[in-house]
Amino acid sequence: MVAPENIRRGPQAHTNGAPVVTLEGVSKVFANGVAALEQFDLAVRPGEFLSLIGPSGCGKSTALRLIAGLGAPSSGTIAWQHGSGLPAGHGIGFVFQEPTLMPWATVFGNVFLPLRLAGVAKTQAAPQVMDALARVGLADFAAVHPRELSGGMKMRVSIARALVTQPKLLLMDEPFAALDEITRFKLNDDLLSLWESLGKTIVFVTHSVFESVYLSNRIVVMTPRPGRVLAEVAIDAPMRDRSFRTSARYVELCRITSDALARAMAQDAATAKTS
Amino acid sequence: MSRARFDTDWRERALRVALPCAALGLGVLAWDLVVRLEDIPPYILPGPGLVLSTLVSDWPVLSGSLGVTLTTTLAGLVLAVVGGIALAILFNQSRLLEYSLYPYAVILQVTPVIAIAPLLLIYLPQPAAVLACAWIVAFFPVLANTTLGLNSVDHNLIDLFALYGASRWQILAHLKLPAALPYMLGGIRIAGGLALIGAVVAEIAAGTAGAGSGLAYRIVESGYRLNIPRLFAALLLLSVTGIVMFFALSLASHLVLRRWHESALTRDA
Repeated sequence: MVAPENIRRGPQAHTNGAPVVTLEGVSKVFANGVAALEQFDLAVRPGEFLSLIGPSGCGKSTALRLIAGLGAPSSGTIAWQHGSGLPAGHGIGFVFQEPTLMPWATVFGNVFLPLRLAGVAKTQAAPQVMDALARVGLADFAAVHPRELSGGMKMRVSIARALVTQPKLLLMDEPFAALDEITRFKLNDDLLSLWESLGKTIVFVTHSVFESVYLSNRIVVMTPRPGRVLAEVAIDAPMRDRSFRTSARYVELCRITSDALARAMAQDAATAKTS
Repeated sequence: MSRARFDTDWRERALRVALPCAALGLGVLAWDLVVRLEDIPPYILPGPGLVLSTLVSDWPVLSGSLGVTLTTTLAGLVLAVVGGIALAILFNQSRLLEYSLYPYAVILQVTPVIAIAPLLLIYLPQPAAVLACAWIVAFFPVLANTTLGLNSVDHNLIDLFALYGASRWQILAHLKLPAALPYMLGGIRIAGGLALIGAVVAEIAAGTAGAGSGLAYRIVESGYRLNIPRLFAALLLLSVTGIVMFFALSLASHLVLRRWHESALTRDA
């Protein structure tokens, strides 16, 4: 995939309309008694790039998994734009922290999987699979097994797999955390251009302030144990490119987000002292 | 690969074949010398030359026995593979079934098969009893390894399958079984050797009861008749059978896994 020099975006153009999914007063207590989320409210607007950021153990991943339907909230509601249920089948793409590829299947086989599980025949799915692979720049690697790929390429396969069903909502759980910085910057740009061209709604979990500011329209800062929304930062920069990464505005937005994150950590320290 | 690297690889490989062959040659030479110099009679210890010539001269008898033992072993192995995998899948699908039956699979495994063989010979016709023994010994590693493999699936992949609404059957066919394959093949490789042991043990038990014609029976019979060269020839055949089975199963495992599994990869240093 080709990263454009400049990525133009109008956040306001994307973020109109009713929320794609709304979490209201969502709490999640695990069987071992750990409260991951408490009274968590979040509305994901159509077309936005939303980042969830917070210290480790703040329930970011839990929130994402609940949205994906991998587990049910202990209390509270998750409401979808169309009716109350999870959009059946193809509505969601999920990218895990690890590439989570099947080592025994080729790149094609891995990207084909969601369609295969939906009962689509291989010949019928092939154009869609190849299109998804082309979008992440891996069209030439369809016949290769995952072990022959680099970490960044594996992550691209994982993203292609999430895109192949053409979901409206893409959920990404720290997808680039394990990658080196060069690969990470490249994939950041590629992800932005994908988001631009496909017009998807993305919820992105990260613990990198710099990454979240670079990518998002909106950042939600969460407190740890149990996770709650502490602050929201709107990122209004229209252009995302190398000059944005070095601009004063970028630094300022990073500082604002870092401050919010520091407050979240302080709250954690305070609750740790009282409990 | 550079010329120098290629040479080193080749030398390494040649050494790995040449050294055990040389050791074997030295061992046989020592054996031959001891027999000659000490003048040991063949009914105590025949020389290697005599064992080989007996192998040729007794081939009509021995080949028939080899066929019997080989058939039993392979049938036992196939049944063990089918039974072990089927049982592992059942256990994986139903925890109740696993809790109820798994302990008995373990009991069957830890009870020495030589002690069960006489019982089986009472209740079953002789060929079936021998086959049952081979099966009992061989099926457990397949069951245990496949069970482990089916339970060792990447949790994120299970989540992924759940996310796309995969059915139980789809999870089994497209995720659990492929993930369990390396474990399964490891179990089968162990089972191959054990099936041979099970067949031999049962043949010995049956042979002392006065029936049977497998290689193990030939060994017992030759022992009674002090036909020690034939005993050695039969033993040699059994040993070669075990070696061939091990390499055949290792090769099969390598061919199945070479595209993706770590165990089958040669690493560039």
